Amino acid sequence: MTGAMEKIATLRAVLAPTGRAQRRVSLGRPDGVLAGGLRRGALHEVFAPPSHEAAATGFVVGLAVRLGGPVLWITQDYALLEHGVQAATGLQELGLDPARLILLRVPDVTSALRAAMDGLSCAALGAVVIELSGESKLLDLVAYRKLVLAAGESGVTVLLLRFSAQPSVGVAETRWQVRAQPSPSSHWGKPIFAVELQRNRAGPGGSWVLEWSCDDGLFRSADRGAVVSASGERSPAAALADISAA
Amino acid sequence: MALASARARGPALKVMAANEAADAKLLGRLADWCDSFSPFVALDPQGLLLDVTGSSHLFGGELAMLERLRAALKHQGFAVTAALAGSATAARALARYCDGLIVPPGADQAAMAGLPVEALALEPAITQALRRAGLKKVGQVAARSRAELTARFGAAMVSQLDNALGKAEIPISPRLKLPPYRVERRFAEPVAIEDFMLATIKQLAGHLAKLLEERGEGARALEAVFFRADGAIRRIAIETGAPSRDPAILERLFREKLGALADPLDPGFGFDLIRLEALHTEACRSEANDLGSSAVDEKEIRHLIDRLAARFGSHRVLAFRPNDTHIPENAFAAVPAQYAPASKLAWESVRSPQEAPQRPLRLMIPEPVSMLPGMRFRWRGVVHAVRHREGPERIAMEWWRALSDSKGGGPARDYFRLEDEEGRRFWLYRENGARWFLHGVFA
Repeated sequence: MTGAMEKIATLRAVLAPTGRAQRRVSLGRPDGVLAGGLRRGALHEVFAPPSHEAAATGFVVGLAVRLGGPVLWITQDYALLEHGVQAATGLQELGLDPARLILLRVPDVTSALRAAMDGLSCAALGAVVIELSGESKLLDLVAYRKLVLAAGESGVTVLLLRFSAQPSVGVAETRWQVRAQPSPSSHWGKPIFAVELQRNRAGPGGSWVLEWSCDDGLFRSADRGAVVSASGERSPAAALADISAA
Repeated sequence: MALASARARGPALKVMAANEAADAKLLGRLADWCDSFSPFVALDPQGLLLDVTGSSHLFGGELAMLERLRAALKHQGFAVTAALAGSATAARALARYCDGLIVPPGADQAAMAGLPVEALALEPAITQALRRAGLKKVGQVAARSRAELTARFGAAMVSQLDNALGKAEIPISPRLKLPPYRVERRFAEPVAIEDFMLATIKQLAGHLAKLLEERGEGARALEAVFFRADGAIRRIAIETGAPSRDPAILERLFREKLGALADPLDPGFGFDLIRLEALHTEACRSEANDLGSSAVDEKEIRHLIDRLAARFGSHRVLAFRPNDTHIPENAFAAVPAQYAPASKLAWESVRSPQEAPQRPLRLMIPEPVSMLPGMRFRWRGVVHAVRHREGPERIAMEWWRALSDSKGGGPARDYFRLEDEEGRRFWLYRENGARWFLHGVFA
């Protein structure tokens, strides 16, 4: 009897984290090198080459939709003039519910990092997007490590969106370079990105052409049109198998 | 006395012009400081009036209070004359003529009787008339019959006399509005350590929480008032997005605010009184312990918004709300998240299923674009060759709103979605069939 109780307790422990706390979310094709998907509670960097900022923004919106939960989006005042303000109508068409978004406009990088730390202490958030323009000495190894630690502690994912900047330190879980990709001639206009995984802690890098499907909130591989399963997470059955093996 | 005769008497006399504005400012600052003795402080043109009813026992009686007030003001470098009486007018007169007097209850008339009629602060013409009639002391005026005085000097003078004698009472009108809740802590020794001040705020927030809970309310706006030992006062205000009374949360908000102050709180020689006031309160449901996890999450998000607003200002923490209009730049608004009421409107999508996005991800202030021959356009100095285009989508301005406000005016716009050779997607419009503008970019 006690053995059975113990088993139930173990099962509970295994099954409990399958709601919000899944460790990785699927991105479709790149899952293969990402050990199953984008890791939650980690720092992911997205770089945009000049004039491809909108594409990088779209990719980050896609990641935020995949991660789920409320999003704190931190931007610098002057960047909004250069790259445009986030449009609720556009976000909604991409599948990110505008009601889930908290926008914070900060004057400088120091405030942005400070606010990000505040956001990362709030476990109810799904993701914190930090949008930074240009290089900054404040974004050093220490700042990165602080973000990584805070993210790991609360399980909130940091998406660092960087415009007109070069990658410097390598602390991020993944680093992506995102460009806009010309649409196939027939159905043009859907968000298609040429993404390059430049840094990946879990495995090798790679490049893909991904299409964001606004209707079901999935990244699809645009070259083949293949759908990659939405649930890249481990199934409860696999967990059960682990227990019986143990 | 004229200046010349004053100089004749004392040749060493220093003369300077009166600065009324500075005097008024100083008096205002003093009034703020006196707030630590009684919440009812009123500005008298030449002094301050404090209603200490009900607060004198906190200082060990009226005499001790008066002495403490005088000593503290003297310490700040002021010459003080003060008196305590049953009515404000009597106290004002006695402060001029009998410094330090405390009139027992009901004895205002006796105390005033010996003063010259000038003490009544009547109009100069009336004072002169009384003197001419031989009424040189207040007691002599008070002895005359009311009918006689009214007939000669009018009802206003009589009511003024009655006020001074304590027979009638006009309440003083306090300078600051009284907050519905206030708690405070006084220190025997001034404190200057920030951690200790925050701990005090937390403790006071605990007291405040009890008061609020009794009436089922929560605070939306709070103010911490720091009284410095040398008389300076600093007020720090915070606001919350939803009524709250959790001491830990309130303390955290104050911590954020203190950390983000442009000119930090200067303790100088220390603060001797810290007060916490709830300026604005709202009904607040008692928080049950078995809230669902989504409600807990929502609460945490609210607290995050409050914290960010305390640090960066509420105008920087924004949330989206839909608007009932088809004008693209007005279809949504980013409003301060702390005050944003839930909207009844739903978010409507222009895009139908399986379609590409119809509205841009990032919206710009419309920027002029020059169209070049051969399906090309120049924006920000770069020439883009158009590979795909879709449009026009005509968006007419709202003429019915143009009548009432300035928002709806302007010519109709024909919008186009364009994609260039690199796959960058733009949203352009043509105005009046001639001028082109770029209004946004798609992912």
